[in-house]
Amino acid sequence: MDEVLKVEEPGLLTTIQDLGRPHAVASGVPPGGAMDRFAHNAANLIAGNEMSAATLECTVRGPRLTAITECVIAVTGADFAIRINGHEAPMWSAIALDSGDELAFGPRRAGARAYIAIAGGVAGDRWLGSLSTYLMVGQGGMGGRPLAAGDVISTAVPAESRVQSGSMPLALRPTYSDHTLRVIGGPHLSRLTSERRAQLFGSVFTLAPDSNRMGYRLDGPRLEVAGPELLSFGLVAGSVQLPSGGQPILLMADHQTAGGYPVVAVLVSASMPVAAQLLPGDELRFEEIDLETALRLRADQRAALASIR
Amino acid sequence: MPPPRSTHKIRVHPLGETALLAELGSRLDTGLNTRAIALAAALKKRRDVRQATAGYASVTVNFDPDQITFEALSASINRLARKRPPMEEPGRLHRIPVRYDGPDLEAVAERLGLRVQHVVQLHSKPIYRVFLVGFVPGWAYMGPLPEELELPRLEAPRKQVPAGSVAIAGRQTGIYPLAVPGGWHLIGRTAVKLFFPDRDPPSLFRAGDRVKFFAADG
Repeated sequence: MDEVLKVEEPGLLTTIQDLGRPHAVASGVPPGGAMDRFAHNAANLIAGNEMSAATLECTVRGPRLTAITECVIAVTGADFAIRINGHEAPMWSAIALDSGDELAFGPRRAGARAYIAIAGGVAGDRWLGSLSTYLMVGQGGMGGRPLAAGDVISTAVPAESRVQSGSMPLALRPTYSDHTLRVIGGPHLSRLTSERRAQLFGSVFTLAPDSNRMGYRLDGPRLEVAGPELLSFGLVAGSVQLPSGGQPILLMADHQTAGGYPVVAVLVSASMPVAAQLLPGDELRFEEIDLETALRLRADQRAALASIR
Repeated sequence: MPPPRSTHKIRVHPLGETALLAELGSRLDTGLNTRAIALAAALKKRRDVRQATAGYASVTVNFDPDQITFEALSASINRLARKRPPMEEPGRLHRIPVRYDGPDLEAVAERLGLRVQHVVQLHSKPIYRVFLVGFVPGWAYMGPLPEELELPRLEAPRKQVPAGSVAIAGRQTGIYPLAVPGGWHLIGRTAVKLFFPDRDPPSLFRAGDRVKFFAADG
């Protein structure tokens, strides 16, 4: 392992994340992983890694890092005004750092989570097949905890090439300004009256303060559901649940793996990155689309990742 | 006796474009759960399926839409579910000592019109089945709870339930493996550990296991 970056300041919540541990759900452990898979995957591809390599997920306020050795990095996702040695630097593009260079973040301009990839992939503790940090039980990544000042980030494998010039075409970079989340109707949508259903798809919802990697509580119209209690079933990220009381919960990466509340809608995969970039206080709305449209949006995102050169 | 062949069509709903929920029924029933576990195991072997998780009477499937369409997978699930499931091996038996002194025990007895001692006897009598493991790491939904102990969940869930709490709700019972929020009635506690981060799988319980509680001091 190569020691590559030193953490001078950790930022608000910076964790090591990869594509998660989908098979751990049989033990009640959430799949976890990067909240914004598009930004995570793009950062890795730009840095010359496989998409499955781990990155640093930086929430709301980014860290300050110094290079211990020369390395290539890429920063994607939320726009936190990145600076190298005090000078503004490009996102969604490979950046070559020399030993001693400083990567810092300024004020948040758009989005909630930025991703830092390092050529060679971020190293960390593997738990149940994944490097992803799962804070609830303190496992994975950097000892199961967020980064702290003084931590040293290593790469999983020495980077082959120090010369990287990858970037994502400007027109394909997400701006996170449109907060419309596309959904497919969920298995229990028919439990809503037509009036409540119209409110689900016609209202603006606001992320409540207690929203995190597990899920988002949504303030807006209360959507009471009729019908008998359900038997618990396996849940997926992107599910819009309606607990008693009718305040919707959108399940995110570290979601509970099973539950018995009605699921009235599920985000399509192309909208998960948009949801991942929302913060408490942000407004959103749901738009119902069909499977065919969802598959087309999914293909568009893949094409955008394939355009990285 | 092998479980009977199903004659009911399975209801399959999309969960986004990369997952689906296959519902075998809506009853808390050991036969349905056995079929759900067998169906999940059969689906996990398919290349186009990334993950299949059995619920009480359902299977949640993550699939690769590049390899199979929702319609084609739904048809395959209905074909698979019509097959007679293999005889289920009896699940491992866990004996769990419980100190029946939970903060809700007396209120539970009062609401049910039972003496506390009777609640303890009723809860510790059956051998429960683990229907599914999920919700939080290590949590197992067990049942069926005797009808005499059936109560709806707490109206106001607790912000934090101590780890090791033994709880009941509806026709179900369970043990909180970690300190998490919870809405079930706490009737006792156990020192048995349910979650082992250093093992793989990390959960003591697996779907299909059997659990017997017994009253113990300390």
